Amino acid sequence: MPQKGYVEISIEGCKGCNLCVISCPTDCLVLNTSDTNSFGLHYATLADEDKCIACLNCAVVCPDAAITVYRKIKSA
Amino acid sequence: MKEGYELIYQRPKTLTDTRMHYCPGCFHSTMHKLMMEVVEEMDLQENTIGVCPVGCSVFAYEYMNIDVQEAAHGRAAAVATGIKRIHPDKLVFSYQGDGDLAAIGTAETIHACNRGENFTFIFINNGIYGMTGGQMAPTTLVGQKTSTSPYGREPAKVGLPLKMAEIVSRFGRVAYVERVSCNTAANARKAKKAVRKAFEYQLQKLGTTFIEVASNCPSQWKCTPEESLDWIKDHVLPYFPLGVFKEPEKKEK
Amino acid sequence: MGEIKLMKGNEALAEAAIRAGMQAYFGYPITPQSEVIEYLAREEPKHNYVLLQAESEVAAVNMMYGAGGAGGRVLTTTSSPGFSLMQEGVSYMTCTEIPGVFANIVRGGPGLGTIQPSQGDYFQAVKGGGHGDYHVIVLVPNSVQEMADHVFLAFELADKYRIPALILSDGAIGQMMEKLELPDPVPYKPNKPWATTGKTKDRERNILTSLYIKSEDMEIKNIHLQKKFREIEANEVRFDEYKTEDAEVIITSYGLTSRVAKKAVDIGREQGIKLGLFRPITVWPFPKGRIAELASRDDIRFFISIEMSAGQMVEDIQLNVCGKKPVHFYGRMGGIVPTPQEILDTVQSHLKE
Repeated sequence: MPQKGYVEISIEGCKGCNLCVISCPTDCLVLNTSDTNSFGLHYATLADEDKCIACLNCAVVCPDAAITVYRKIKSA
Repeated sequence: MKEGYELIYQRPKTLTDTRMHYCPGCFHSTMHKLMMEVVEEMDLQENTIGVCPVGCSVFAYEYMNIDVQEAAHGRAAAVATGIKRIHPDKLVFSYQGDGDLAAIGTAETIHACNRGENFTFIFINNGIYGMTGGQMAPTTLVGQKTSTSPYGREPAKVGLPLKMAEIVSRFGRVAYVERVSCNTAANARKAKKAVRKAFEYQLQKLGTTFIEVASNCPSQWKCTPEESLDWIKDHVLPYFPLGVFKEPEKKEK
Repeated sequence: MGEIKLMKGNEALAEAAIRAGMQAYFGYPITPQSEVIEYLAREEPKHNYVLLQAESEVAAVNMMYGAGGAGGRVLTTTSSPGFSLMQEGVSYMTCTEIPGVFANIVRGGPGLGTIQPSQGDYFQAVKGGGHGDYHVIVLVPNSVQEMADHVFLAFELADKYRIPALILSDGAIGQMMEKLELPDPVPYKPNKPWATTGKTKDRERNILTSLYIKSEDMEIKNIHLQKKFREIEANEVRFDEYKTEDAEVIITSYGLTSRVAKKAVDIGREQGIKLGLFRPITVWPFPKGRIAELASRDDIRFFISIEMSAGQMVEDIQLNVCGKKPVHFYGRMGGIVPTPQEILDTVQSHLKE
């Protein structure tokens, strides 16, 4: 289970620009170079969900609004 | 959604589901997204009218889920003027590239700013003509190679790159001018804040608001999206510095 | 009975625009039509229309595009060189189907030309003017009264068909003073669900564009426009005739020269020449059918087109006479108005042929 949060990246919405990957402060995203989407493009994926801190950097820089971000609800 | 988590960010509803045609990593997409997030957050979808230009963003209306008029090349500021004069209480923006705003449409830009037309310019400055195949723009950097300056831009022949934010900030009726970029997450956040401020000032009827975006063009700069960020940092920002050039109730820079 | 006034043609046009519910005027001064913007500027405090002196005709037409697209009832006026500058915008408005009213108070050309009256912009007005396959509705007033009346008609037709409508006049009608009866004001009630007014929840977004990147889509758009043009041709042709019933010679003339031609008809008839005048009031749509009917009449010997040009409308007369009768031409250029005697002399020389 993710510790602080996690992201979902739309495979079809991603164009593989890699800008999210390099913006991630915890290096939890990678560009999946072993697969392509229907446009023939590699896509970014959350490789290590334990590291995601839901900082939103990837979603902010993603040109194609392909990233959805979730944060762990703090227990009361 | 996994149990015990909350949604904190998703694609804004003010963007259509249509996949944007822009090349991977293009800041046109980023700016469309940030602008539409602001429209959504300010609940302005029903009251926003956009003007799109000629250039790569000619299809912007396919992606922005708002009413849009497509302008002739360079004339977006005149079109936005017409719309705003008919609907002074609506939010109106003119979205333009460097060829559109600073070459063929310079007269319209200058005069709309000088009149203090109460709409927002979103000026995407990537220093090149993207759609027509990478020709020199009025904002192409000195020495930068393009298909019409294959040996690099020569100021003795074609002058220096136009600093539009600096120019329009000198007009008395221009309210707010900021140059932003999306080359880092921090800068992209500032870009969104700038858009929000511009829209707010517009709704307060303070005058022209002008956001210049130090943008990129990986395809015509012949580099990867990642390399385009380096080019912005190393070459674009030293000539086109980021920051607020004018803001209501603040001293001019 | 409307208000009776003595006014310049340009001022009558301006006053009529106010009465027709004009919401915005964008224009750039150019002789011989600057009285329009000057009049509107003087009257502005009494009304709530938008008046903006643009930085150029190029900007003005694009402000029309914006304001008209946003649902406004919009007007611009200009003269020949200025209307040339506006052509790109007119083409865009026609394809995007944004209504708006233009007036071209024509002066002599080509080039910077002269500020004297001319009809040298006929081709530009009726054959499209800008790029692409299109027409705009073209009304040709021949009096100060019609300068006012045609504004109402132009706004009505522009909105009805979502098309630019052009009042094609000339420097003389714009500048001369005549008595007219001003039309009573008509409240403008916009019904433009296609306009960019902000996307409300109950409708899809409105997009106004003339970009159809796929050839198939561009052709579909063109077919739609052509269908509309045919509809306008079927319904909106307007013309006037004077003593054509028994005429042996039909003078065709529009605008200012139609008044000179009318005088020539009267003088000619006193001399025993059976002259008649055919005056188009719309030159697009052109009164094709009526010209063809007249051409089929056995008692008519020939047509002669009288224009302040090198011969432009005469081509449309020839097209529709279609070889059934000789079609002659007499014109003056450079801002010179033909006299009735010049017209009669030309008619008589052709009668001897």
